[in-house]
Amino acid sequence: MNFLGTVRAKDKNNKNILSMTLEHYPVMTENEILKITEKALKKWDINYISIIHRIGKLFPKDKIVYVGVSSKHRQNAFNACNFIMDYLKTNATFWKIEEFENENKWVIQDKKEIEALEKWS
Amino acid sequence: MIIKYFSWVKDIVGKSEETISISPDIDTPEKLIDFLITKNEQYKKAFSKRATIKVAQNKIYISKSTKIKNDDEIAFFPPVTGG
Repeated sequence: MNFLGTVRAKDKNNKNILSMTLEHYPVMTENEILKITEKALKKWDINYISIIHRIGKLFPKDKIVYVGVSSKHRQNAFNACNFIMDYLKTNATFWKIEEFENENKWVIQDKKEIEALEKWS
Repeated sequence: MIIKYFSWVKDIVGKSEETISISPDIDTPEKLIDFLITKNEQYKKAFSKRATIKVAQNKIYISKSTKIKNDDEIAFFPPVTGG
């Protein structure tokens, strides 16, 4: 199972995004990603997990995040991939700033991202 | 103590990092915020919605009532938005 996330061309208000910059907290980010993979490995029978998350300046359609999970049974890989994405969005210390023609805006975390975690508890 | 700021917290405070010496009675993030907001209006503004701000101690998430020490690295940041 592979998931590849890309940068959107429009924000929630349909405004054109020219570029986006991802800031992160070095070391804490890597530690949090490792914790997420450890949780997934405990929860499902998985052979292999690969996570790549870009940082710095990105443009619409650029690849931003990749999650790859391999397992003997497909359901484990689908579930683990979904779980990893949910936790990346709520625990890994990345912050996006969207750059528009006349302003830059920090992205605010969507409440839905936190609600998405409920299905794993 | 090293204090780091990220995202819009960093922008409002006006710096990404600072080293300060704190008295032993400032032993939780809650008390550290109480101290910082007395320094100037920027800190006051950055922490005006303090319930939304997350804290890490030596790169691990903690609550605002966790005990902290002078040799810790403390980070303040808004909810994350990666992925």
